[in-house]
Amino acid sequence: MKSTNKLLVLIVVFGLIALAPLLITQESLLNIVIMTLYAALLGQAWNILGGYGGQVSFGHAAYFGTGAYTVAVLQIQFGINPWIGLAVGGFAASAVGAFIGFCTFRYGLRGSYFALVTLAFAEVLRILSNSVDFTGAGVGLLIPLERSAANFQFLTKAGFFWVIWAMTFAAFLTVWKIGNSRFGAQLMAVRDNEDAARALGVDAFRVKMGAIMLSGFFAGLAGVFYAQYFLYLDPYIAYGAAISVESLLVPIIGGMGTLFGPLLGAAALHGLSELSRAVIGDAPGISLVLYGVLLVIMVLFVPRGLAGLSSHLRVGKPATPKTEEGKGHA
Amino acid sequence: MPDSAIIIPSILNGLTTGGLYALVALGLTLIYGVLHIINFAHGALLMLGLYAVYFLNAQFGIDPYVALLIVPPAMFALGYGLQRGIIGRASHGRDENILLVTLGLSIIIENLALFFFRSDTRTVDTPYSFDVIEIFGAFLPYPKVVAFVGALVTAALLWLLMSHTDLGRAIRALAKERKGAQLVGIDADHVFAMSFGLGVACLGVAACLLLPSYYVNPQVGGGFVLIAFTIVVLGGMGSFVGALVGGLIIGVVEAMGGLFLGESLGQLGIFVIFILVLIFRPTGLFGAKA
Amino acid sequence: MLEINGLCKSFGGLQASQSVTLTVSQGGITSLIGPNGAGKTTLFALITGFHTPDSGTVRFLGEDITGLPPEAIAKRGMIRTFQTVQPFAGQTVRENIAVGAHLKIRGRTEALAKAETVAGLVGLGDRLDMDAGSLTVSGRKRLEVARALATDPKMILFDEVLAGLNPSEIRDVIPVINAIRDAGVTILLIEHVMQAVMSLSDYTWVLNQGAIIAEGPPREVVSNPGVIEAYLGKGMAERIAKREAASA
Repeated sequence: MKSTNKLLVLIVVFGLIALAPLLITQESLLNIVIMTLYAALLGQAWNILGGYGGQVSFGHAAYFGTGAYTVAVLQIQFGINPWIGLAVGGFAASAVGAFIGFCTFRYGLRGSYFALVTLAFAEVLRILSNSVDFTGAGVGLLIPLERSAANFQFLTKAGFFWVIWAMTFAAFLTVWKIGNSRFGAQLMAVRDNEDAARALGVDAFRVKMGAIMLSGFFAGLAGVFYAQYFLYLDPYIAYGAAISVESLLVPIIGGMGTLFGPLLGAAALHGLSELSRAVIGDAPGISLVLYGVLLVIMVLFVPRGLAGLSSHLRVGKPATPKTEEGKGHA
Repeated sequence: MPDSAIIIPSILNGLTTGGLYALVALGLTLIYGVLHIINFAHGALLMLGLYAVYFLNAQFGIDPYVALLIVPPAMFALGYGLQRGIIGRASHGRDENILLVTLGLSIIIENLALFFFRSDTRTVDTPYSFDVIEIFGAFLPYPKVVAFVGALVTAALLWLLMSHTDLGRAIRALAKERKGAQLVGIDADHVFAMSFGLGVACLGVAACLLLPSYYVNPQVGGGFVLIAFTIVVLGGMGSFVGALVGGLIIGVVEAMGGLFLGESLGQLGIFVIFILVLIFRPTGLFGAKA
Repeated sequence: MLEINGLCKSFGGLQASQSVTLTVSQGGITSLIGPNGAGKTTLFALITGFHTPDSGTVRFLGEDITGLPPEAIAKRGMIRTFQTVQPFAGQTVRENIAVGAHLKIRGRTEALAKAETVAGLVGLGDRLDMDAGSLTVSGRKRLEVARALATDPKMILFDEVLAGLNPSEIRDVIPVINAIRDAGVTILLIEHVMQAVMSLSDYTWVLNQGAIIAEGPPREVVSNPGVIEAYLGKGMAERIAKREAASA
């Protein structure tokens, strides 16, 4: 699809989604749309680094949790307005991305080793937030209830909807631009073949740093939203495996490295969990089992995700990403 | 500053814990050394083993150490099947796909366990659960010392298998040069699956030796995964000696960390080591250059 | 244009480059030949920053570029291609070439347009929207060339750009290379296909076991006894000379 067409489709899709609060009055249904958008935001954030950048992260909770804790701590300990906390949270998460990126990309860490290191960083943050008082240690943080728009808390779900809609739309627009820019072309070149890209003048380190910082920024925004929506945070929620897994599951199922993948993935995952809830009931763990099964099936049979399904049907084999020495050091 | 009367027992305790960790890491390093895959499902499989040992004890009164005759072979079969049926087909040329598939498997296994067993923590009650042995003035729990010895024995057995049996030679050949090994008639799929099965069997041994001094719930695997990876990376991917030495080091680091930094920060040392080793010396202490 | 002085590099115990000294003057096509394993690709890697030499210098347009990273060297106008072709799989031919164009061009539309132009120059104009991963070998070689060309380079280092092509494909690519030379780009090429070396290059350097053993116009170099022995084995030069004397 040509990029201007993609933009058109993007605007139309998000325009349609924007109608949701007008058409859906039941709060619980609106909640599903909100959570789907939130998952799409998280997934799109991961997609920037993992799909377009080719650096698979197993610890995206590191950025999510930083955003969440930032907005919470700023409010609770310093009385700073959460809208300001939103911006600070995003940039704090981005800074964490810069740090992790600097430690790893500087030394050429790639592939599976990179994935494991990101996991370790998220764990380190979890342990730290579990031991330090101003993050509430193991007990966590409760954001005081004060429903007002100025306070980033809303009386009805509609308010939250608009915020998440705006954030997710911004993320998708950003990714559209990535796919249609010099930065994106260079990023994808590094993903597909770092040596060849460098031989053409691409500064692989700078480009990967840009990707991880953008990715961290949007994941941080998702964290801020979570904190304000649920008003409770603890180390497991913020930096635990659940968020890291969700952020990679969504784009992988929907299609890594594609613009619409995260939206498809989020819809599929949420649709699946609603379906399983209807059929099997609220049994603990079952929806996650389904997610796991879906992940395995996807990797085995549909490695390009839902968005890539059409290319499987097209004549001619779609190119599989090359692996030279995908693991370890350059 | 804690004095030597506390430090030495702490170190000894760390060593015995480290022996257990090493046992878990042995399987992981074998799997990596031969198949070059990072098995993310390692922790979840350990948890399955622990549940198996638990139920053998709870339903049939079988002592965990006796279960050594049952659980490891069963785990071997499971590992063989997983590699042959699922993991072996996943790579599509990208290493990360294997990581993702094993991640998917671990999610499935952990949550199935959650669904069937709920999240209660269970322990076994054996007559020796609380016995202690005195070594160098420290009182060490009997089950942990047994586990330590068990780790050494298992490593020795693995080494013997690798160096003196046909299977071991086939495994080493395949690990070194896949095409060449296939050309001399080695069935790669079968031998790979045998290797994976062996690695998972090690987890079976670990489960039998671990449960008397530990516990089981569906989340138990997660705690071991990163620690096992840290040990494997520290010791060198594919090195048994490395897994043993690495395990002991990490056990001591954890004990010292808990002593000096307190309970909640204790594990921090482990992950910091992990990150530093991956960045500055990814081949680890005993590993070969990739 | 390119001055290499006393370049040395060893990997473990292997001396891959032994005090290599070589110059390439501006304009024209220079070739680097030698038997397999001579260290030609290693030399390219050393020149373009993919390996750091143990000692020696590389000067490009008067500037010392020894030890600079590949992207910095590319930005200075020296681009290398790879022996094992490495397309950006998962992207179209047009997008592939655009990556090269983006070295000097910021705007996306402009880069894509340039990609289209360059594709036409190398004969890929009909395959612009194809998946790069599904190109034939000859298509991929042309893609290598196109990507390098799109960067508006001053010098291109071709690493066996003709390897794997059949004679008619080689016949088609040679004019492309000549056209690049005519456009003012200096070319240094590693090549095994002797007909190409003879017909394309003005000057030849011969590398054997990491050291330069001969230099000069191609026809001279090819009849150099040392060069013959490097390719065919010790004593061959004498035997060939005897044979020619006998049949004269």
